[in-house]
Amino acid sequence: MATHALAPAPATASRGWLYEWLTTTDHKKIGIMYVINSFIFFLIGGVLALVVRAELARPGLQFLTDERVYNQMFTMHATLMIFLFVIPMLAGLGNYAVPLMIGAPDMAFPRINALSFWILPLGGILMISSFFTGGAAAAGWTSYPPLSAEGPLNSPGAGQDLWIVSLILIGTSSILGAINFLVTIFKMRAPGMTLFRMPIMVWTILVTSVLVLMATPVITSALVMLFIDRNYGGTFFDPSGGGSAILYQNIFWFYSHPAVYVMILPAMGVISEILPVFSRKPLFGYKAFVFATAAIGALGFSVWAHHMFTTGSVFLPFFSLLTFMIAVPTGVKMFNWVFTLFRGQLTFSTPLIFAIGFLTMFLIGGINGAFSASVPVDFALHDTYWIVAHIHYVLFGGSVFGIFAGLYYWFPKMTGRMLDEGLGKIQFVLMFVGFNLTFFPMHMLGIQGMPRRIADYAAEAGWNDWNMAATIGGFVIAASILPFIWNVFVSLRGGKVAGDDPWEANTLEWATSSPPPPYNFDQLPEIRSERPLFDARHGRAGH
Amino acid sequence: MPGTEGEPTTVTADSHALATAEHTPIAGLAHDRRGISNPILGMILFITSEVMFFAGLFAAYFSTRAANRPWPPEEFADVLNPFSVILVATAILIVSSFTCQLAIRAIRREDRRGFIRNIAVTFVLGIVFLLLQAYDYSILFEEGMTMGSGPFGTTYFTLTAFHGAHVFGGVIMLGVILYRGMAGQFSARHHDAVEATSLYWHFVDVVWILLFSILYFL
Repeated sequence: MATHALAPAPATASRGWLYEWLTTTDHKKIGIMYVINSFIFFLIGGVLALVVRAELARPGLQFLTDERVYNQMFTMHATLMIFLFVIPMLAGLGNYAVPLMIGAPDMAFPRINALSFWILPLGGILMISSFFTGGAAAAGWTSYPPLSAEGPLNSPGAGQDLWIVSLILIGTSSILGAINFLVTIFKMRAPGMTLFRMPIMVWTILVTSVLVLMATPVITSALVMLFIDRNYGGTFFDPSGGGSAILYQNIFWFYSHPAVYVMILPAMGVISEILPVFSRKPLFGYKAFVFATAAIGALGFSVWAHHMFTTGSVFLPFFSLLTFMIAVPTGVKMFNWVFTLFRGQLTFSTPLIFAIGFLTMFLIGGINGAFSASVPVDFALHDTYWIVAHIHYVLFGGSVFGIFAGLYYWFPKMTGRMLDEGLGKIQFVLMFVGFNLTFFPMHMLGIQGMPRRIADYAAEAGWNDWNMAATIGGFVIAASILPFIWNVFVSLRGGKVAGDDPWEANTLEWATSSPPPPYNFDQLPEIRSERPLFDARHGRAGH
Repeated sequence: MPGTEGEPTTVTADSHALATAEHTPIAGLAHDRRGISNPILGMILFITSEVMFFAGLFAAYFSTRAANRPWPPEEFADVLNPFSVILVATAILIVSSFTCQLAIRAIRREDRRGFIRNIAVTFVLGIVFLLLQAYDYSILFEEGMTMGSGPFGTTYFTLTAFHGAHVFGGVIMLGVILYRGMAGQFSARHHDAVEATSLYWHFVDVVWILLFSILYFL
């Protein structure tokens, strides 16, 4: 073994905290930087969403005189939220939690870990800079050609190219991160931490990393081909030159459907850590949950064409059937969670409240998604606001509530201070009400036939009231973020001191100090189950 | 990964991946030292992602080819001749995989001179491949075949150029290995970076054999 001293070398400390953070390879600091970086893009993406909602509040064009600017707004809203907020935020929570949860001193490749992080602000700046180069990408986050092709009526200008380059960079960051997670999980577990004693969060990160590893390079290839078509006279996706526009959709969704699971599985992992802790029970059906996670990951690769039912070029029964099948392992997880809560000794702290927000809202997102898995229904709902409602119930109601649950849960570990419970509950109520006020009416708008991605609509279409409701809800969501930011600032300065294990939790990250030392653990408890801290508190009595 | 293995004097071969972190692992908390080493597992996973990247390009190739008849189109019917400089380039890349493996065998036996010689040969063969590919491109350009000349040109140049870019990356990695080998940084117990680089080099070779077979013979 190495013979270095246990404490970190003091040389870095003398250079000041800024230098230390900018050059760190500590997974905890990198994880926190992931979280902060992602939160900044969450705010920017949120402002773009408010512009969209403000424009749609009433028929007619009020704020944006040019529909192309509106197109930039919703394109960049989705792009930032997906690629620079949800995916890296969950990767950041994983970065912070995974080595601690498996009893490792750091990730397997700490310097590559730092590289994966630092690519993100670079990609984000490139993405945002497109606003100042004659307009950002405006072809939707899916950027289907011919809409995204080069041409005066398609996507002229550098915005679309910057979008492509930025996404390739962010994808590279994800792939490097996935490799790092997989090697860490396979090779760095503490003695006794067998695969089936790993916390569920670690399992979900494992499956997510496999998805990222196998799917992200595929969208990189699609983006590369799109870039070649736009800049070097290629004809991959240009039907007039012998290419195929549908080809892009196939390759794009081969990544982007698994990407949906990349955005939800770690959030499921977060609440699967929180529910047992706050109901004082083990997770109901640990192994079933693990297999369900693996099944979702595997099935995720065989349903991409359900985004393409109306193209007429996919085998509908196959993709419809497999899409319905995904509801089975997802349903298994619902039972895991509900029966974990059932007859538990519930403590309604903020993390649990957000986790229950996830449970209820994700349930709606699962059900309204199953509607559009049915081919005839999807033909009616395709590209309507129903789809917008569905993805937000999954990715906001699911992922974002899960993210806030995780932030409230791990903030004491990250900082040593508790977040204020009162402000947390105010945030939850505002966010929950605002969320449902925004997105539930979109179901009705979708059934009434309102298409997505339009800047204006006829006043007599009957969509006015629901749109106004959604806009009010959007601003309520925005208001709900303010108590959170305030909460973080006041708690950092004067919050209750957390101690090692404020929640009486189960997993190893709570076995060290808050915040943990750079090398994570002075000593580890014996690991005999997936709840080593519970075992340490209760001994054999717990079994 | 290659490049993270400094300080061979204080670190044993199987713990180096961690020891270069800014903090050192505690005895007993280190990673599982049985089985495959971290850098090699990392490289295998990275190659997996590269396979998926090329899978996307190959999927586009076959889909485009199926939709365009005849393939190759009339104007480029005889442009791609396998029995030309490209065959020499192919042979060179295949030979370089063997010399790379000879280098591995040498360093496993602690034969540092043999190791450096074989890595140097592999490095040079990689550069020669790239030069031959550039020469082949110039011939194709003279025949009027470019990225912009329809699906045939687009797919051909995209696939081969991305492969070439990977060869270029591999040559850089081999250069680093050669430099570090000459600095005496590798030994029979400590050469994970060499093993990882050779895996990548073989992968690049296999992709080329697939590309050559499909583009020129299928």
